[in-house]
Amino acid sequence: MTWQRKVLRVNLTAGTCNTEPLNMDWAQAYLGERGLATKYLWEGMNPDTDAMGPGNMLIFATGPLTGTMASTSGRFAVVTKGPLTNAIACSNSGGKFGASLKFAGYDLLILEGKSPTPVYLHIVDDEVSLLAADDLWGKTVWETDAAIQQKHQDPQLKIAAIGVAGEQGVRYACVVNDLHRAAGRSGVGAVMGSKNLKAVAVHGTKGVGVDDMPRFMNVVKKTWKKLEEDPGRKQLTELGTNAMIDTMQAFGGLPTRNFQQVQFEGTDNINPEAMETPNARGHTNLITNKACFGCTIACGRIAHIDQNHFTIVNRKEYWHASGGLEYETAYAFGPVCGVDDIDALTFAGFLMNEHGMDPISFGVTLAAAMELYEKGIITDTDTDGVKLNFGNAEALTVMAEKTGKAEGFGRELGLGAKRLCEKYGHPELAMVVKGQEFAGYDSRALPGMGLGYATSNRGACHLKHDVFTEDMQDQSAAGKAEPCKTSQDAIATIDSTGLCLFTSGSWDLSDYAEQLDAACEGHWTTERLEQTGERIWNLERQFNLEAGLSKADDTLPPRLLNEPAPSGTAKGRVCELDTMLSEYYALRGWDSNGIPTEQTLQRLNLQPPA
Amino acid sequence: MPKALQMIPDKCTSCLMCEMACSLENEGLFNPAKSRIKVFEFEHGRTSVPYTCTQCDEAWCVHACPTKAIVINKATGAKEVIDDKCVGCKVCTMACPYGTVNYNSATGKVIKCDLCSGEPKCAEACPTGAIVYVEQEAAL
Repeated sequence: MTWQRKVLRVNLTAGTCNTEPLNMDWAQAYLGERGLATKYLWEGMNPDTDAMGPGNMLIFATGPLTGTMASTSGRFAVVTKGPLTNAIACSNSGGKFGASLKFAGYDLLILEGKSPTPVYLHIVDDEVSLLAADDLWGKTVWETDAAIQQKHQDPQLKIAAIGVAGEQGVRYACVVNDLHRAAGRSGVGAVMGSKNLKAVAVHGTKGVGVDDMPRFMNVVKKTWKKLEEDPGRKQLTELGTNAMIDTMQAFGGLPTRNFQQVQFEGTDNINPEAMETPNARGHTNLITNKACFGCTIACGRIAHIDQNHFTIVNRKEYWHASGGLEYETAYAFGPVCGVDDIDALTFAGFLMNEHGMDPISFGVTLAAAMELYEKGIITDTDTDGVKLNFGNAEALTVMAEKTGKAEGFGRELGLGAKRLCEKYGHPELAMVVKGQEFAGYDSRALPGMGLGYATSNRGACHLKHDVFTEDMQDQSAAGKAEPCKTSQDAIATIDSTGLCLFTSGSWDLSDYAEQLDAACEGHWTTERLEQTGERIWNLERQFNLEAGLSKADDTLPPRLLNEPAPSGTAKGRVCELDTMLSEYYALRGWDSNGIPTEQTLQRLNLQPPA
Repeated sequence: MPKALQMIPDKCTSCLMCEMACSLENEGLFNPAKSRIKVFEFEHGRTSVPYTCTQCDEAWCVHACPTKAIVINKATGAKEVIDDKCVGCKVCTMACPYGTVNYNSATGKVIKCDLCSGEPKCAEACPTGAIVYVEQEAAL
């Protein structure tokens, strides 16, 4: 129970779909989702493989608690080698797709090889088939979703799909499920496209059980209550994640105009209050909040665009509601591109979901292009005549669409900031780690976040560590290595349970342990979860080292290391990464080159690479 | 007067806790596909509506059943399926104008909401108060 104990392995080259028993030794060592998929990836492929080649594996993984009444149980992970970073990619999503995959009877879906022609995978419990997708190739995520449901006359099919961005190898193409949830980062959608796989559609009807149901439901009641009573959770429900934009603005940690500044004068036009306030024409952006499967938080926003706005005034197909602004989207289209037009931001967000792209990477790549443009390094002839100045809302939406459709300068933007800036001879303007663009927390104001970014196994990411509280209290680099490591390990475990990281503000590891212990085989304690997280982190590190990454990749762009923050609480500060990094390596039990020592591997039951 | 389930779509976040609680009560595991209550979503999630048997006065299912397998619970007013009598002919699923009686192919019998003998688990599980079990007058 809890684990379905079954893996669905699809070889796209051969066109075969087979099941095999889940390796329970691995499940006991790596739980599920992120950790377990990483183990399967490590055992199944050479990390040195071309991310866009047929040798890469693409794994959709649920966790042991996915599909249960534990709050936020709708999570699944997409794990592969990422084409944006050439490192391990681990993207997490909610919605209803993951639970449906679990209900169909599978813990993991492993995709290997490359189909000779476009296909989609159709799963109804034990009935699994690869079907022709020639008529879907070239369609958007939204069109694909509707077409598959209609074809099978099955509105209960939950669909994860790529758009043209994924087909055309946009380096940060994502996999969108349930229309507006996404395994967003590191280009997992481009890997799916490289395999000629357009979509996975699943309708599961088998259900999920747990080992000790009465005990499990007792624990669940308690953890629900903890969430219900937590003021942080309340804020997530009422304001969504975008509440962070006001916090970061006040603090001076809000990356603005490609990180040239750390505060943005336009936040009042794009913050949660702006989302709820009618504009001059009486239009209100926000409609309601929505939950993913099994979630009692419901941070998701459902919004619509003013029909008179220039972006959609003659485009009725966008007059409907869809997923609205969350913080990272608001940050990446707003401050970092200098745009404060809430309808333009919302429209660009719709386009990301419709075409299947990561808004963070797109926004930060566009910001780099804007800086190149303002510095005269690229001109109107490069940009199809579009004025790429910071603050140009039209440039944002036009380029979002061009990138989604892989047209004109959109093809250049689809390279990601690192490759784009290298192409034009200014790699220093790419705000990335390991090739992946930053989330909305500036490392000069939040040094512990900076250390987390630099050491994150999937490149710059705000969801793999949490030194936020410590940074807000003390902006020095001292003492940040320890909370960075501890939170990285804890999050690696939480990401492997099937639950959402947004519970971690209200729960501590013992709450996860108690739920797992009631639900799963094996004795699950806080200590075991800490060690499981550390094992996962080190295995990801091993994957990256074998993929050719090194200490040199654990760094930040020169702007954050050398150019002091111009305003805010961190005025005059740079990120002092070096001192934190050596302390961090030591704490991790890695040598001075960032390689796990033999004792560390032994302690975590990991093997040195063959 | 018996109580009734009241649905307040504006409060529904589409988390499907109701479907899980229903399937847990009736099937012993989490399985929305076997839930007696369903949440329907419209326009990318703009609206989501929980929906189940209204326990209507007309009780078409009761009258349509040739084996008298659906009976009225005097205490709750719920129309309940007696599994031993149900032969799976599906006439009730056609008779119900609301589409809230469904055939379970795994058991060969129909399933429908029975108000959990007066303690509906969907209402208990709903985290936002979108499903409440109230006096019928209050629900009007």
